[in-house]
Amino acid sequence: MSWGNLIRLVALLTLLALLLWPDAFSGAFGLLTTNGQPAIYNQGNLLDITLSHLGIVAVATLGATIIAVGLAIIVTRPFGAEFLPVSRSLANIGQTFPPVAVLALAVPMLGFGTAPTLVALFLYGLLPIFENTLTGLTGLPPAVVEAARGMGMSGWQRLLRVELPIALPVILAGIRLSVVISLATATIGSTVAARTLGEVIIAGLLSNNTAFVLQGGLIVGVLAVLIYDGLSALERSLLARTGQTRA
Amino acid sequence: MIEIDDVSRLYDGRAVVDQVTLTIQPRTVCVIVGTSGSGKTTLLRMINKLVNPSSGSLRIDGEDIAGIPAYELRRRIGYAIQGHGLFPHRTVAQNIATVPGLLGWDRAKTRARVDELLELFQLDPASFRDRLPHQLSGGEQQRVGVARALAAKPNILLMDEPYGALDPVIRAKAQADLLSIQRKLGTTIVLVTHDMEEAIHLGDTIAVMAHGKLLQSAPPAEIIARPANDFIADLVGSSERPFRLLSLSRVGDHIEPGTASGAPIATTASLRDAYAELLWSARTALPVTRDGEIVGQVTLAALARLAARPQ
Repeated sequence: MSWGNLIRLVALLTLLALLLWPDAFSGAFGLLTTNGQPAIYNQGNLLDITLSHLGIVAVATLGATIIAVGLAIIVTRPFGAEFLPVSRSLANIGQTFPPVAVLALAVPMLGFGTAPTLVALFLYGLLPIFENTLTGLTGLPPAVVEAARGMGMSGWQRLLRVELPIALPVILAGIRLSVVISLATATIGSTVAARTLGEVIIAGLLSNNTAFVLQGGLIVGVLAVLIYDGLSALERSLLARTGQTRA
Repeated sequence: MIEIDDVSRLYDGRAVVDQVTLTIQPRTVCVIVGTSGSGKTTLLRMINKLVNPSSGSLRIDGEDIAGIPAYELRRRIGYAIQGHGLFPHRTVAQNIATVPGLLGWDRAKTRARVDELLELFQLDPASFRDRLPHQLSGGEQQRVGVARALAAKPNILLMDEPYGALDPVIRAKAQADLLSIQRKLGTTIVLVTHDMEEAIHLGDTIAVMAHGKLLQSAPPAEIIARPANDFIADLVGSSERPFRLLSLSRVGDHIEPGTASGAPIATTASLRDAYAELLWSARTALPVTRDGEIVGQVTLAALARLAARPQ
């Protein structure tokens, strides 16, 4: 096993241990507390909060993937080419809008809770996936596309059997970026009462408890690194399978 | 039979293919030669409707292709291109099985056909079937590309500079293989190239194009002996003419009685090879062998006569 994989394994096991048996870490986190503050977050189960955090990110990313890939497919077809600039600017607006502002605007419409957070993360996740899908679908080897047409594949057959499979590693890279951004951004959702790891961090900030802040931050950080690594490995294996090298 | 009848293709008012009329006989190889921008590729791509003509009509075995849906027509016509265009995420067998898959062949029939083609192209099915394109050499990729084009037993095979990316040694082998496969299967081949040498070697008919116009369409010997204009004469190359003429005939067709000495030459060799051997070994005649037996000789004097401009 390489050093990199060893470190990943240790990080994963430590994370699981912290989530399953948080009290075992009270000694270590206790060093950061003052005046007899609790060392481990005590207003909810860390595992439940983490699963809820991951669930919100997963749903938002899934939605963003479906819409962004769908849009990119439409604007790369002959009939949708004229919508390319429009859809690009739409996705760009999603990215330039600060997530806090989306939350603030969404709360009056959707109320407090998970919904406004999902909307913010969804909008935030669109652009990287859209851009990468466009890159993947427009950068296909011309000879391959030509061969697919010349052999009599219909538009759908070319898309499903040739274009999407070859573009998949690039699309996956977009999803990876989107997931990592969402994992971090989801913490803000706690300001509008979504159940994410942000509530651990916020509780720590409010009570001046560094141990809470660190717990929340560490869990989010390690999750992001592990998921990023896992998706990168998947991309590499897909690229290797098709004999492509990372561009 | 492919009949191209007064076909033009305009882009922005400019004719890329300009009123071309050309008939390609069944079971022959027609090579379209031209410089880049001559419209040769556009003309080829009109045969399988990758490009639609602005005017004129194309018929295959008497049937106007305007009335055939493009995808259906393309599944009936083999198509091999420069840079092979193999699907990088699919194995050799899956690549070859593309058109049979589109036509809904059953699994056993497809598999048998894939193995048959791999063997035809001298690729051992057991070791090549499950490889991915990037695990093959350039020559192997090219052969798989042609095998894929022939998978559904098309009567017509279109080839767009198929050997452009190959080095000279592998190209010569690929050309020889193509000719023997063409004779075996009787496929009508339309091949586009910028290389007159390749055209003379492969073509039963050579069609020369420039600026969208068809300048001359004739058998190679005719193109060499009587080029329609200076442009074609330049393409053939005046210093190359006699040797190209010799390259068209086989030693076996010009055997004279007599016994020469020294290393023999096979009946299947071209006269050009024989001529080179005569000059190189400083002899005036070579013994000719057929199946290992001396059947006569080929002489320098005869070759010199054959290399002269036909009257």
